[in-house]
Amino acid sequence: MLKEKKSKTGVFIALVCVAVLLAVAIILENTLDPTKNTIFFTVLKKTAVYALVACSMNLLNGFTGLFSLGQAGFMLLGAYTYAILTIPVAQRPAVYYIYNGSAINFSLPELFGGGAVGLILGVLAALILAGVVAAAVAWLIGLPVLRLKSDYLAIATLGFAEIIRAIFQWDALGPVTNGANALKNYPTFSSFNIKGADGAVTVRLSIFVAFLLSAVCIAIILLLINSSYGRAFKAIREDEVAAEAMGINLAKHKRLSFCISSFFAGVGGGLFAMFANQAQAKTFTTAMTYEILLIVVIGGIGSISGSCIAAFLYVACSEWWLRFLDNEITLKSGFKVPLLRNGFRMVVFSIVIMIVVLFFRRGIMGDKELPDLFRKRKNTKAKGGEGNG
Amino acid sequence: MAENVLRMEDVTMQFGGVVAVDGLSLEVDQGEIVALIGPNGAGKTTAFNCVTGVYEPTNGRVSLLGETIVENHPQGKMKAQYKGGEAGKFTQVVSHTPDQITQKGIARTFQNIRLFGALTVFDNVLIAKHMRAKQNFLSATFRLNAKEEKRMREEAMALLAEQDLAQYADEVASSLPYGLQRRLEIARALATEPKLLLLDEPAAGMNPQETQELTDFIKQIRTEYGLTIFMIEHHMDLVMQISDRIYVLDFGKLIAKGTPAEVQNDQRVIEAYLGVADDAEN
Amino acid sequence: MQYAISIVLSGISLGGQYALIAIGYTLVYGILRLINFAHGDVFMVAGLIMVYLTSFLAGTLPTGAAIFLSLLLMLILTVALGFFIERAAYKPLRSAPRMSVMISAIGVSYLLQNLATYVTGGLPKTYPSLPLLSETITIGGAPTKWVTVITPFLVIALVLALQQLINHTKVGMAMRAVAKDFETSQLMGIKINNVISMTFVIGSALAAVGSMLYFTNYPSIVPLSGALPGLRAFVAAVFGGIGSIPGAVVGAFIVGMSETIIKGSPWSIFSDAFTFALLIIILVVKPTGLFGEKVTDKV
Repeated sequence: MLKEKKSKTGVFIALVCVAVLLAVAIILENTLDPTKNTIFFTVLKKTAVYALVACSMNLLNGFTGLFSLGQAGFMLLGAYTYAILTIPVAQRPAVYYIYNGSAINFSLPELFGGGAVGLILGVLAALILAGVVAAAVAWLIGLPVLRLKSDYLAIATLGFAEIIRAIFQWDALGPVTNGANALKNYPTFSSFNIKGADGAVTVRLSIFVAFLLSAVCIAIILLLINSSYGRAFKAIREDEVAAEAMGINLAKHKRLSFCISSFFAGVGGGLFAMFANQAQAKTFTTAMTYEILLIVVIGGIGSISGSCIAAFLYVACSEWWLRFLDNEITLKSGFKVPLLRNGFRMVVFSIVIMIVVLFFRRGIMGDKELPDLFRKRKNTKAKGGEGNG
Repeated sequence: MAENVLRMEDVTMQFGGVVAVDGLSLEVDQGEIVALIGPNGAGKTTAFNCVTGVYEPTNGRVSLLGETIVENHPQGKMKAQYKGGEAGKFTQVVSHTPDQITQKGIARTFQNIRLFGALTVFDNVLIAKHMRAKQNFLSATFRLNAKEEKRMREEAMALLAEQDLAQYADEVASSLPYGLQRRLEIARALATEPKLLLLDEPAAGMNPQETQELTDFIKQIRTEYGLTIFMIEHHMDLVMQISDRIYVLDFGKLIAKGTPAEVQNDQRVIEAYLGVADDAEN
Repeated sequence: MQYAISIVLSGISLGGQYALIAIGYTLVYGILRLINFAHGDVFMVAGLIMVYLTSFLAGTLPTGAAIFLSLLLMLILTVALGFFIERAAYKPLRSAPRMSVMISAIGVSYLLQNLATYVTGGLPKTYPSLPLLSETITIGGAPTKWVTVITPFLVIALVLALQQLINHTKVGMAMRAVAKDFETSQLMGIKINNVISMTFVIGSALAAVGSMLYFTNYPSIVPLSGALPGLRAFVAAVFGGIGSIPGAVVGAFIVGMSETIIKGSPWSIFSDAFTFALLIIILVVKPTGLFGEKVTDKV
């Protein structure tokens, strides 16, 4: 049918974008001087992570119409699962020194035989398990919580994230979670750089790996959204009563959407742990959920490519482009620029966000995707490859 | 004797102290168009909601093609409060959610149109196909259900073509004119492959011409799909033209039933609609 | 025994302080069906305003007068802030989907927190000690601050006054009408924007009083000081039945009490977890809360 053809060109464009993006990632990483471009590289990696988490939140908030604020909690679950499963056995006493070593004494990359193959398989398995743990917990929480009306759901999930955070800092769980201390020394994105015989890095792959993992997950989310189940989710968003009258089991589909969203938030949490080089419960605050929510809003609720673009803009602004606002600047004439000092960046930032929320409610993309734009204006050349980062 | 398609027995719906539907019993047979009429607030939509699982009736039984789909009797606090009749008649509790009722073969439309407004006309119909597709979320995500998906799309498109809606397939549902939205809502209900179609005031807000078109449309879908139709309607022209039988509800109670001609001349029906003579004097 | 008394006393006073915040949530939710995520931050800002006002006025006026004037100004400024937030961030979204308004509330909360970080430089500020309230007294052998004793009475007095306002004045009647049916009351000629502003004014004023009591007990203010008390107060409002003022008060006392008890036990890390568990339990068992009214969607 007509429709299928259209979606096929969309898929094709998306694939091309991703391929270009991944190629650019490798080229940039290996040509730019890593010492001078640290911020740029950090931004790219964080973008990859946040884009995935934003898409997972969009699946729930934008496509299913369930307003949940538990994203940071599920990321925490994912980050801890990933870290606990991958810290090398030899490193465990050092990491868990307060608790005299870890209660879990295996490491997935080593179980898979170590080396490059073990690393890849181990990290993949750990990331999938990170998602599975988050999804399993989501399933349990979903039983009572998903019956609530939208705003209660928001508060209940926010509360759940707080509970998770408290539990993971609990001293009695120390041998597993390392209490309030950070988990570290597990494989990160940089572990995927290929090293020569002398130990020096020959090919950098850290950004490529971050982008690849994130892109695969986002592609799966996209496939889901465009499937029969995705349509059922949208039906629930549009009108629950009508969706139910169409034979869509509300409880089942809401739970499904909640679990899948949490699965990817969990994987995103694992990626965040890889990005941050350490996993600590106190990082996964409500403020983090808010950040991700704002990315979703800026990108457009109901647009996956919007979430990806917004993730890049958000991360780049907060980590890089607006950094200067935090430093006092005195011009050559001796004029001291007023207002500039520590914290000003975030003020400007939140004002920009309020402007978007109030006056550009549809965000960058509304509920459109990048291919939709190409379809309408075919002569405009493809621009901006962040589409599927 | 053939089974009734729909059979309601002594269905009573009591909200707190208010009895909205009181001991309603009726049958709808294969291929019939049956109308439920009555003044505003008579309990017609409540009766529909009891059939479709939106409400759980306080007492009574509903069966579809001989299978009991809803049954209840007063329990707990309601036991003492219950004001309806036939309290001891039913002993089972059978209840289904609206989606399960739809799966069993009852589709409905709503009094105030409930389309998936932001989605396209095509998607609106396609969503109704979701329920009957053999797939799970993994096979759907990874396109292992390609055959099933193709069948769903083709069926949805065919349905749109049959209902003269094909040219609007890519339009956003909420942008359609009112009459077409009604028609789309019916088409969407048909897409769930129902045995029985419930229409809740399908002609509400329509002008005479649109109503006439709708009348023809309803007759047409009955013959084309071999459907049984049970509807609530206020437009007497439409009701009298197409109904095989009519049930009249007033203050939750059935006050008359029969063919359009019988109902039209029933004294109680006239009173319910126009008021009793000495009421007017007061 | 002494320990028990001190726990009960501080539990009651904490509950009273939450009650004052919870009323703000419950009023706004009752009328706009909006969880005003920024309310907790308004409470925090009220605390900061007080800190800056006292230090500003201390040089020019005698201490007693400075404190009194600061309290008055703080009340006015907080009310103005609440009013301004509603006009700037919620009013333009009156016809937007509810999710947008909630996001706007989260945005305001984010903005207030970042502003506070900017102004304070991220350092904790110490709340000024107020005459009488900060002084210590001994009850049943347990030493405590006067604020602990005064809070419950003040809360009850304010709640009674508020009940009078809502049940026996014209503006109160308008508020009840708007809470029952937004559109119809608009058709009946009620100026809903004024009513909504009034709601925010009352809510902010109570939050200002609440912040005075709360920060006298916990005098260190950081930009995140409002977030958790705000959430707990919201839980209290839901627990009591959102939209119901007595419900909010009862809920707040329960939340405050259980928090103090758990904080005094070896399980202190779970005090917030318990509060939220309470929320989830009440929502599942009785979604309308203790005193809430049932609302059903019409099909």
